[in-house]
Amino acid sequence: MLYREAGQFKSTYAADQQIFPILQDRIAIGALLVVALVVVPLIGNQYWFSAILTPFLVLSLAALGLNILTGYAGQLSLGTAAFMAVGAFMAYNAVLRIPHLPILGAFIIGGLCAAAVGIVFGLPSLRIKGLYLAVATLAAQFFVLWAINRIGWFSNYSSSGVITAQRMAILGYPIEHSREKYLLTLVIVALMALAAKNLMRSETGRAFMAVRDMDVAASVIGIPMMKTKLLAFAISSFYCGVAGALYAYCYLGTVEPEAFTLDLSFRVLFMIIIGGVGSILGSFLGAAFITLFPIFLNVLSRSIESGLGIEMSHAVVSNAEAIIFGGLIIFFLIVEPNGLARLWQIAKEKLRLWPFPH
Amino acid sequence: MKRTAWALTAFSVVAAGFSASAVAQKEQFVPANFYWVGPYAPGGSGFGGGIIDYMQMINERDGGVNGVKLTWEKCETEYNNARGVECYERVKKHPPTGATVIHPLSTGITYSLIEKATADRIPIISMGYGRTSAADGRVFPYVFPLITTYWSQATVMIKYIAQKEGGYPSLKGKKIALVYHDSAYGKEPIPVLTDMSKEYGYELTTLAVPHPGNEQQSQWLQIRQNKPDWVILWGWGVMNPTALKAAAKIGYPRDHIVGVWWSGAEEDVLPAGSAAKGYISAGFNAPGSDFPVMKDIQKYVYAKGKGEFEDKARFGSIYHTRGVVAGIVTVEAIRLAQAKFGKGQPITGEQMRWGIEHLNIDDKRLKELGAVGMMPPLKVSCLDHEGSGLVKFQQWDGAKWKVITDWMEPDRKLVRGKVEADASQYAKEKGITPRDCNSDAM
Repeated sequence: MLYREAGQFKSTYAADQQIFPILQDRIAIGALLVVALVVVPLIGNQYWFSAILTPFLVLSLAALGLNILTGYAGQLSLGTAAFMAVGAFMAYNAVLRIPHLPILGAFIIGGLCAAAVGIVFGLPSLRIKGLYLAVATLAAQFFVLWAINRIGWFSNYSSSGVITAQRMAILGYPIEHSREKYLLTLVIVALMALAAKNLMRSETGRAFMAVRDMDVAASVIGIPMMKTKLLAFAISSFYCGVAGALYAYCYLGTVEPEAFTLDLSFRVLFMIIIGGVGSILGSFLGAAFITLFPIFLNVLSRSIESGLGIEMSHAVVSNAEAIIFGGLIIFFLIVEPNGLARLWQIAKEKLRLWPFPH
Repeated sequence: MKRTAWALTAFSVVAAGFSASAVAQKEQFVPANFYWVGPYAPGGSGFGGGIIDYMQMINERDGGVNGVKLTWEKCETEYNNARGVECYERVKKHPPTGATVIHPLSTGITYSLIEKATADRIPIISMGYGRTSAADGRVFPYVFPLITTYWSQATVMIKYIAQKEGGYPSLKGKKIALVYHDSAYGKEPIPVLTDMSKEYGYELTTLAVPHPGNEQQSQWLQIRQNKPDWVILWGWGVMNPTALKAAAKIGYPRDHIVGVWWSGAEEDVLPAGSAAKGYISAGFNAPGSDFPVMKDIQKYVYAKGKGEFEDKARFGSIYHTRGVVAGIVTVEAIRLAQAKFGKGQPITGEQMRWGIEHLNIDDKRLKELGAVGMMPPLKVSCLDHEGSGLVKFQQWDGAKWKVITDWMEPDRKLVRGKVEADASQYAKEKGITPRDCNSDAM
């Protein structure tokens, strides 16, 4: 009833091609941004900022990075955490070694270094595809962590290999509290998501998708394979690198290389599989599901326990949470193999007909 | 409609979980952020069980600390930094006075929490783990690597090896291999062992084992080639029995493997079966269920069916008594802080910090607590947040751990020098002005 585009006429190409062609969508996304930028900072508390929202946003950005590579350009990668590690450690070194470097500059340097590493490990993609490529990117995962662990320069010769993020300030305004860190993360993630969305609607994005759908056909119609694939690796790794820098600076504050193990790569991969491969929205939904759901289950099981007054062994509860979480992943994939983003799309289509489906 | 109702019920249950439970006065909240699942669960559940059992015993026997009941809430960290930070944020504002003190039980989580907890004025007790240089209390006012640190332990291990070899001079030309968990935790002893190798002339080889450590073929093959005289095992969780089995496979004598205290519990040797016999490990607490304090726990907690362990065999195990020692330290600090800031009143994290910093558990007090021999005497000060540094060695005889040495002194000069150097570098990086320990301010 409310969600209908009847009467909304497009008289220019620009209006027809905008990201959200339906007015209601524009209002909704505007409202969401206002809530995230104004309302949440006013009412949220430290727990929500530093334990829920910031990690969700940071991992969304990492998932977005992987989605550009895997979802749009069709190159399967297991090196996400490695690219994040490059971003985190190089941002740290940039701040450490370049005097008067603004923090955003450090994030960009972190991202660019990750992009460079991504290009190097993307080279095999010119010859191999699919699962074989995933194995090749696995090399990035092991090599990068090995290098960070073994070469003291990366962690400024810290004996334990742990780096501590330096203080941040933007234009002299210190970013110390969780609220400010959340806002900084939010702004960066929102801008980069917008950039990604537009990139995917551009010629480059269409080239990515052509390569994904059939690379032989793509090269026949004149899409340069090498440039397109390596560009996809570079952009994707840049996103992951910035996510890694945010992970270190805005979220944990202190990082050891072990924070970026293969486990994290798999988690990000699961995020895009559950959220929706080849969808910007899917990256956010998937990140929300994977990062927030275990916490949600934990809180739920605890309140059931105290609400019903039953005492359960904590080990049983903790294991049950893991089992339920695994079960839900399977459930969602059976219900909708194309991910949560597709479910959302179906919901919107149904909403258009509601309340009079024909 | 049915679905909506379900969703609403679920939502309200969760909302109830997030909003804090009933406000009760005269309670002292101690978070129990440990881990009960994953490859490190034996350590997390054992230690967590010990500290909870002790607090339960204090509640049952004494009615709390001067009438203030101890409360706790379990939060699963999975030994994962991100989850650890989430748990910390969840519990830190818990009524009535917030989290009193936090035991992260993970070196990684400790590193992640140092700055956050200092800003929130919640003390961290990282007993036998964490950042060693936090022993310098002038730079790290809120962090307490109590009893003993990794660096102290590394010096004691070399001392023990030297004793076995016939004194420090005979270490010259000997080969020592360090097999370590490839993480911040495992890398912690390397600088000290390297420094000592220069001083005493032994040759140090370091062999990293990637997490979680159930794949060690190549490391032990290297040991077979290199034939070190001693192996120091710096493992954690499943890595330990795997290492012992691998050592047995290549025929390396188990009584020449010296493990760190996180490699020296029943859970670390039992899965290795006979391969573990003769293996030696360090420890800062002794196992056993005969200490008076353990008997009290048996009487007031387990006899009433309120104990943490379903498997009674774990009662009095290394991790369990280590948790009890953590409980003793925590409760003693609360007692001390109450004596200063108001008896019978809940204390804040800031007051708790004062309490921990003035802890003095001497032999007399240990006797009153019923824990003589279970832990070394402890005296903390503003300058020294470690408080003891003493380490014992124990050997697995195939059925139980036998303590084989008395408390051994670390090389304090070497450790303290390195601690101060590292702490002052941290202070410089972070722009911290070290406290002046002569003025006894808060």
